[in-house]
Amino acid sequence: MPPLDASQLPPSTLFFLLATVVKMLAIFTLYMVVVAYTTLAERKVSAWIQDRHGPNRVGPWGLLQVAADGLKNFMKEETMPGDVYKPLFILAPALAFCSAMIAWAVIPFGAPLPTPWGRIDLVVADLPIGFLYVLAITSLGVYGIVLAGWSSNNKYALLGGLRSSAQMISYEIAMGMSTVCVLLVAGNVSLNAIVAQQVATGWNVLILSIAAFIFLVAAFAETNRVPFDLPEAESELIAGYHAEYSGMKFSMFFIAEYANVLTASALFVSLFFGGWDIPFTRWDNAGPATVTKSLLTVAMFGFKTYSCVLFYIWIRWTLPRFRYDQLMSLGWKFMLPLALVYIVIVASAILGLDAAGVARTGWAFKGAMGSINLVLLILLFFVIDRGRLISPASSRIDRERVARIRRATDTRSTLGSGEAH
Amino acid sequence: MAITVKVMERPIGEASYVRATLKGLALTLKHLVDPHRVTIQYPEEKWDLSPRWRGTHRMLTTEDGTAKCVACGLCPTVCPANCIKLVPGEDEEGNRFPLVFEIDEFRCIFCGFCQEVCPEEAIHMGRHYENAEFNRARFVYDLERLTAQTHPVSELWDPAHPRGE
Repeated sequence: MPPLDASQLPPSTLFFLLATVVKMLAIFTLYMVVVAYTTLAERKVSAWIQDRHGPNRVGPWGLLQVAADGLKNFMKEETMPGDVYKPLFILAPALAFCSAMIAWAVIPFGAPLPTPWGRIDLVVADLPIGFLYVLAITSLGVYGIVLAGWSSNNKYALLGGLRSSAQMISYEIAMGMSTVCVLLVAGNVSLNAIVAQQVATGWNVLILSIAAFIFLVAAFAETNRVPFDLPEAESELIAGYHAEYSGMKFSMFFIAEYANVLTASALFVSLFFGGWDIPFTRWDNAGPATVTKSLLTVAMFGFKTYSCVLFYIWIRWTLPRFRYDQLMSLGWKFMLPLALVYIVIVASAILGLDAAGVARTGWAFKGAMGSINLVLLILLFFVIDRGRLISPASSRIDRERVARIRRATDTRSTLGSGEAH
Repeated sequence: MAITVKVMERPIGEASYVRATLKGLALTLKHLVDPHRVTIQYPEEKWDLSPRWRGTHRMLTTEDGTAKCVACGLCPTVCPANCIKLVPGEDEEGNRFPLVFEIDEFRCIFCGFCQEVCPEEAIHMGRHYENAEFNRARFVYDLERLTAQTHPVSELWDPAHPRGE
């Protein structure tokens, strides 16, 4: 047996506290910088998609644009419209931002880092109830938006806030349901355990593709991104819930949007794309912790998360906004039943495989889940393709009903003409 | 009474949201990786002006540096915007010259009639567009300023064209 190495053991309480503070500061700083640069990435990618250059004047390739924007927002006048409810009007931007920020506490972003004083887990707080915490915190995000809409004393802002609350509640259910499948497969709600399970059985996206799809769509709706950006629909509601905001308070909402995107991406990666796991290799998951391993896994996590963020941006500049009834019917009539049915199928499959004595880490389990997944995917594509999911409302009425309505109106019109004679 | 809605029968390929989304994503990705940018980076790069471009005026001079203008009064007469102010003068030998020649570039509509009508080919439109100033008064160009301009002048018609000239 090799001698016990201090760097592989859990640290003392004092060092644990110290390390946690350092981790919090590091995450906060990095997070703010990345969020700021995501705003630049959005502008650049949108420009490239639209055959433009994007911001390229401030600094090399426009890289200092972020600093210029920040400075501008700090220097701008903060307007305070006449009849706003001041406490909430001021609190709302902070609320919107904080919920996105503190969800990061439980997301593991790398393999454990060995130090002379003990091993540090690269997650700010490794809560045993990790994922439940995330669900609880992300559902708080709606308060910032609703309170902003209400306290602004502005009809458009209020409408934006109402829309956003209805939308977030609708999609939160589908999102929670989609993650139930992940929890079933992992058998645990700790995000560290979920990442470990994906290392063992392969990424969840391969065996739970439909859950990943539902989660992704719900995450778009939760973060108010196109095609679900109805709360801030410019053409209808001016700017929606932040119509009355200016200066740094507006900037906080702007930051909150991208912070939400980043958090949702990190969660998506943790739940379905193996978190910090480096694909096609085993060395990063086994054996003692090393510094190289930690750095590489952190880089991998960053790469995966940012790819997901870029996907968000790509979708934004491709799809037009949904109509409100389409949004609601997609959420309640499609996503929710789909998620429920999917839970039943996945639960039965896991129960059956467990009863048959198939080991969860073996190839048989992966193969069975994978093939079920493939069949379901093909079925889903077929249904969505034929179902005319998001199409003019008229085409969703089935043909018999149309014929019935036509018959009814025909009889009535002949009756009407009969009376006239 | 229920409204009867005409239901369009469209093939699935056209009506499917999924296929349209995938098509759209492919299109945007194509532009993302292979952009067809036409933007000109203005202060560094500039657009090539047409030889017929009509910009702010320029007064051409004779070899001794005085304006070619003989103060005949044709350009203020023809000017539809009434932006040329001309006060003619005459020396002992009877040569006419402008005492005052001012063009209000704010009133000018850049029609080019002044250049067309000028018998001495003195007043010309310029191939030039960067005219920003800090106050209104600076937009009234006097004779000194008009003769000092160095930008190329407008052709008004294409000299290579068989019907030109």
